[in-house]
Amino acid sequence: MTPELESAYSGRKLAARAAKTASSVAVGLALLPLFAVLAYVASQGARALSVAFFTEPIGVRGAGMANAIVGTIELVFLASAMGIPLGIAAGLYLAEYASTPLARAVRFSADVLAGVPSILVGVVVYAVVVVWMKQFSAFAGAAALAIVMLPLVTRTTDELARAVPDSLREAALALGAPRWRTAIFVVLRTAAPGIRSGCLLAVARVSGETAPLLFTAYNSRFFNESLFDPTSTLQVQIFTYTMTPNDDWHAQAWAAALVLVALVVVLNVLARRVLAEREPA
Amino acid sequence: MTQRALSTPPRLPPRSLRASVEGNGSSVDRAFGAVGAGAAGALGLVLVGVAASVARIAWPSIQATGLSFVTTSVWDPSRGTYGALAFVFGTLVTSFIALLLAVPVALGVAVFLTDLGPRRLQRPVSSLVELLAAIPSVVYGLWAALVLAPILRTTVQPALAAVGGPLFSGPNVGFGILCASLVLAIMLLPTIASVSRDVLRAVPADLREGALALGATPWDALRLVVFPHARRGIFGAVLLGFGRAIGETMAVAAVVGSRADISPSLFAPGYTMSSVIANEFPAASSELHVAALAEVGLLLFVVTVAFNVAARVLVARSREGSPRASQAGAGSGGAA
Amino acid sequence: MKLLSPRVAIAIGIVASGALAAASSCSRAGDGPRVIDGAGATLPFPLYARWSSEFARVDTTVRVNYQPLGSGAGMRQTADGVVDFGATDEPMTDEQLARSPIPLVHVPMTIGAVVVTYNVPGVTELKLTPDVVADVFRGAVRRWDDPRLRGTNPGVALPSTPITVVHRADGSGTSATFTTFLSQNSEAWRADVGAGVAPRFPVGVGARGNDGVTAYVKATPYAIGYVELAYARQANLPVLLVKNRAGSYVVPTLGSLDRAARSALKSVPDDLRFSIVDSEDEGAYPIAALSFLILPRDSKQRARAEALARFVWWGLHDGQRFAAELDYAPLPPELVARAERAVRGLRAEGKPIVVGDGAGAPSP
Repeated sequence: MTPELESAYSGRKLAARAAKTASSVAVGLALLPLFAVLAYVASQGARALSVAFFTEPIGVRGAGMANAIVGTIELVFLASAMGIPLGIAAGLYLAEYASTPLARAVRFSADVLAGVPSILVGVVVYAVVVVWMKQFSAFAGAAALAIVMLPLVTRTTDELARAVPDSLREAALALGAPRWRTAIFVVLRTAAPGIRSGCLLAVARVSGETAPLLFTAYNSRFFNESLFDPTSTLQVQIFTYTMTPNDDWHAQAWAAALVLVALVVVLNVLARRVLAEREPA
Repeated sequence: MTQRALSTPPRLPPRSLRASVEGNGSSVDRAFGAVGAGAAGALGLVLVGVAASVARIAWPSIQATGLSFVTTSVWDPSRGTYGALAFVFGTLVTSFIALLLAVPVALGVAVFLTDLGPRRLQRPVSSLVELLAAIPSVVYGLWAALVLAPILRTTVQPALAAVGGPLFSGPNVGFGILCASLVLAIMLLPTIASVSRDVLRAVPADLREGALALGATPWDALRLVVFPHARRGIFGAVLLGFGRAIGETMAVAAVVGSRADISPSLFAPGYTMSSVIANEFPAASSELHVAALAEVGLLLFVVTVAFNVAARVLVARSREGSPRASQAGAGSGGAA
Repeated sequence: MKLLSPRVAIAIGIVASGALAAASSCSRAGDGPRVIDGAGATLPFPLYARWSSEFARVDTTVRVNYQPLGSGAGMRQTADGVVDFGATDEPMTDEQLARSPIPLVHVPMTIGAVVVTYNVPGVTELKLTPDVVADVFRGAVRRWDDPRLRGTNPGVALPSTPITVVHRADGSGTSATFTTFLSQNSEAWRADVGAGVAPRFPVGVGARGNDGVTAYVKATPYAIGYVELAYARQANLPVLLVKNRAGSYVVPTLGSLDRAARSALKSVPDDLRFSIVDSEDEGAYPIAALSFLILPRDSKQRARAEALARFVWWGLHDGQRFAAELDYAPLPPELVARAERAVRGLRAEGKPIVVGDGAGAPSP
């Protein structure tokens, strides 16, 4: 090797090493805020957590957030009940009738809807559902969350169902299975772990959604006793308490953030495990 | 009938059955198709409904203000003057600064995950980055308002002010454009990183291997072969991040300083399209005020849709047939 | 070794959360207490929150869910009919009332003080004239050691740091009261900014609610803002003394708020929409705010309307005794009498609502 080549090569090696270092630094920079946020949420939140936090409703000072916890769970559950079946049905349709004009248009709509800022969903649900029912309600909040969820579930189902090999479909049809059986018992079942995982991710995503709830589920000091009453949620309560001068309320907000982050992380981990169950790494 | 029984399918003509079976199924099949079409149609209707109702509420403002809505920046509901330029400015500036900060880091993370990082670290790092994406926006808002803003006010901004210049001047409150941009950068990072990672992974392995076999270092392979190939997809990832930044509401509303003003200073309080809707929509007590806020919403809708569509086209083209990847993209669109 | 397969875990999760949600929605449904929803002013929120808790003990059939989202929200949401009642510190305008789909009634409930509060390390006593306050909030006076600030504060060591103005970002009766006061006392303010629930401040940072402004002022050295007295007290922030019309610097107290209210009683209109800001009484606190509830004149839901009327009636009588400890002034008896008449005029489904004249006595 000539000296020039040698030095050129070592220059390239140097560049390669620099790039490697730079990418490691980038990872460090990316994880720094993650740890900063998690550390604050965990330490401040754990300090403020108490039994009362889980058993007492929101009060004037201190007390708990039991009604907000119930509200968040209730909304997520309701939203899933509305959004997931509809999303899976739509996604399966898109996959099975992939090349029809309707499917193309809807697939495009799903992508667009997934990008619509969720605050606008809140505005629309206020104008349509809340004003029409003359009442802020848990139902309106859940409807808004369902709209946020719908495109996520639809696109996941669509992608995964389309990834099911045609040979499976063909085999089922050749064995005399009708199309609907093929779609549900072959395509959907084959794609199920991924879809389940995708649904859990969508649930995790809406568990933290706040903006669509501001003008729909509203807020309440009490336990929600009817779907057609407003309800408190952890998300909205965190936002409310963020904007206060009061240390007790900040502590409550940290505790609520800890509970919310824990919920979201558990859903994410579950989603991953559901996927791993099928395709071991 | 189980999948196992089907795992060795009989050979059929290669033509896809998906499109060919329509119209000749049983009545149950037709009902199945109708239900599916109904569900899919509902989704389309929701989108059209969202756009139409925002436009309908905005109509009085569109009529009353015309083009001046986007060319003037005086927003004075008490006097019935509505110019949204300051919100557009605030949204674009915070999103742009956020990208400036997030893109290099996100790309660094992406290449760490595909090419440069030690293999045993790639999985845990990837999970952590996804965790970063999973933390709800309102929690970032809490953290930014109570932790980040005070740090900016006491430490970072005084240091920057010492540098001088119009960017780093003005009153030092902590809440403002800089704080909002920083928290946005943190929130965009995982979106851009994970989509870019998927794009890089979708680059055919033989290209990389070819380069390495010719004696290229991993960095050379990236620089000379992989990046040029993935350029469009990475650009799409950046656009996707931009779309998300523009729509982000809660974290920004908590720290942006809520002031409809156009200022060259990064320390200055500003306002974004989404956060003005969050703050003023429930309290807007005149019809024109409501309409003007809806018009801000309409602008927001148009801009985010444009960015998302462009991004998706670019990303999809650069990695055809990689369902996992586009799924990650679909999951990171909107904002809280 | 897996302890729990994901599938089982998910199933458990779904069942558990479903049960929780169902339990929460059904447990007390039926003959449980009725929730009435209100939205609006943050100024009286500490008092209304207290009323909500206290009233729940007196009348177990009603729960009052009051959300402090700003006076603008109170007006808008009551007119939209999405809450049962609204609250505002600024009466709605004729135009707003005319455009409301349902006729609305104003009922005064309590009196609060809008105070200018500040965060200047080492300074706890400041006096200013209204026009200087106006110039600070419109950005004409930019530093704490401006001669105009030093003029009324001899002996106070004011720093040469810039002033950070904090104002409201949501539609606010506190803003309306404050800007009305400034408009009446400063031509420049009237020309530059004017008065209203959502004025456009020429300088400063915006925050949501009285809580938000208090938080920003507390967290930011050299900031100045305007909030209700109770919020400043809670946060241990100092209160700036503003010269009143008669030329004296009056501390906001129950007494000085009461004098502000009484001096305005001479000219109370029939619909009770009046303001007590900028009183001529020498003992009156100048930036006093009368806080109202906005109620639908004729409700479509009788049971709700009756529950609401009981709450309002209770607030006008028994509720007044909680005012003082929370830094609000009770209504003068003359005003309570006028308010009673307004509540008696409420109707549901076209027929009058019967309200007892005792302490929230349930109607037959």
